Amino acid sequence: MTADVAVLGAGMHPWGKWGRSFVEYGTAAAREALADAGVDWCDIGSIVGADTVRGGYPGYVAGATFAKALGWQGARVASVYAACASGAQAISTARAQILSGLADVVLVVGADAAPKGFFRPAGGDRPDDPDWLRFRVLGATNPAYFGLYARRRMAVHGDTLEDFAQVKVKNAAAGALNPLARYRKRVTAEEVAASAVVADPLRLLDICATSDGGAALVLSSVDFARRHGAPDPVRIRAVSTVTPRFPNTVLDLPDIATDSAASVAPPAEPFRASIARAAYEEAGIGPEDLSLAEVYDLSTALELQWYEDLGLCGEGEAAKLLGEGATAPGGRIPVNPSGGLASFGEAVPAQAIAQVCEVTWQLRGVAGERQVAGARVGMTANQGLFGHGSSVIAVR
Amino acid sequence: MSRKRTPVVAGWFTGDGTDGEGEADFRLLGTRCSACASVFFPREDVFCRNPGCPGGELTEVPLSRRGRIWSYTDSRYRPPAPYVSDPELEWQPCTLIAVELEAERMVVLGQGAPGVALADLAVGMEVEAVPGVLNEDTETTWTTWHWRLTGTPGSAEAEADAKGAAGVVA
Repeated sequence: MTADVAVLGAGMHPWGKWGRSFVEYGTAAAREALADAGVDWCDIGSIVGADTVRGGYPGYVAGATFAKALGWQGARVASVYAACASGAQAISTARAQILSGLADVVLVVGADAAPKGFFRPAGGDRPDDPDWLRFRVLGATNPAYFGLYARRRMAVHGDTLEDFAQVKVKNAAAGALNPLARYRKRVTAEEVAASAVVADPLRLLDICATSDGGAALVLSSVDFARRHGAPDPVRIRAVSTVTPRFPNTVLDLPDIATDSAASVAPPAEPFRASIARAAYEEAGIGPEDLSLAEVYDLSTALELQWYEDLGLCGEGEAAKLLGEGATAPGGRIPVNPSGGLASFGEAVPAQAIAQVCEVTWQLRGVAGERQVAGARVGMTANQGLFGHGSSVIAVR
Repeated sequence: MSRKRTPVVAGWFTGDGTDGEGEADFRLLGTRCSACASVFFPREDVFCRNPGCPGGELTEVPLSRRGRIWSYTDSRYRPPAPYVSDPELEWQPCTLIAVELEAERMVVLGQGAPGVALADLAVGMEVEAVPGVLNEDTETTWTTWHWRLTGTPGSAEAEADAKGAAGVVA
């Protein structure tokens, strides 16, 4: 087990389609997090930015972009990119600096301004880029992969379209209580069923939107937190940023094929389960210890997949767990009390940080109407394109 | 002027009619490591990706022509560039099929052949790789691979059935 780092402050810019620069969203979130922490920006020793590929050069050097916007003050700077897992990489970088003594207090920021419609690859003619190839050769958008996973679950586990719709119903109800969510309206199963099919069997309301948003955290050593008047802060106990193991036998975005398991037996657990296991091992806890989880519901069916990968239930039992209400507010293990991506839409580099913001507020007991009673341990999980695991466990 | 048939990606398949071959010659092409026998598609030509392998020669190998459906979906909305489609024409949904190849123990994604409807598909059905056309421009017919159900008109099995030579594998 490694030492804990303290979450001194958390802040977000509301998710939506605001039509402004990612720099504005990130800077607003950073100011919120600094105010929440009671730390002056000029006392921050290091800033880590989670990059966006949609903002041009400033997006690739997000750490410096946010530092400049907040006002140059000489902090150490880093910028990281890992697709949807960028936020967890930024948290991991900040944590490593704190645990190694390189910095006492670090600001982590991620923000995005998303275009309308499908995410698309960077421009140009780039036949060496798997992400370019899947669009050029197959027209395989992200929802197409979500559709493949959903159909596979239906065939193997007997999940139904109604099961998927109930995930949306649950998350929309939670999002309706969250002032930071983009969609704040309850949704019925009938409305899901009546929405247009995007990638069979998934419909528009099964699939998360792409959004603008920004999220930030102020992290510090536990000693710094105590000196700063926070004797009992939310503490990050584990950050999992693992890669897959060869052969990776689940078709992952943006790949056209899996690895072959003809000569080497596949690992005992698939990639997503290994992301969670690494976090559990680092934290020294298990799924039975969780009070809540924030998982990456890019689609309704994927949320069910995460239940199994996090060990909240056995393989194939996710729909049953959902049906019992275990993952709903008041259930044994509420999942996505924030409303999830279903209510936020995805703001890629901000999303994994936003998950930790929600866990922080839940563990502090300040989540208002969506508060999980007595929350002590929270877990986040997501997966970034090109083999990036992302999971954070926080405790209070 | 006739268009030149050109594979959308060089070296990923053979028998697409570029050199006048017949459909029965069509195969996806991967590579195999001489040291550990791992197979790669899309092909790896420089380094073996098996972390336990000391590193061998990577030589071209045709993949199994047939496999079984691992999963499937479709694209109801026009995919963005670099996918090529005529913006003047109404978008026609296209099936996408992920196919498990038994010998290679891998899953390969491809578009369903024209005429393959979503309602025809189920996980576990047998399909075969056939040559297909991705798009055409003024000078080029860009060729690709498609997955087609075996036992459908035009497939090798259907032809064999027609001759009374063999039944469709259940």
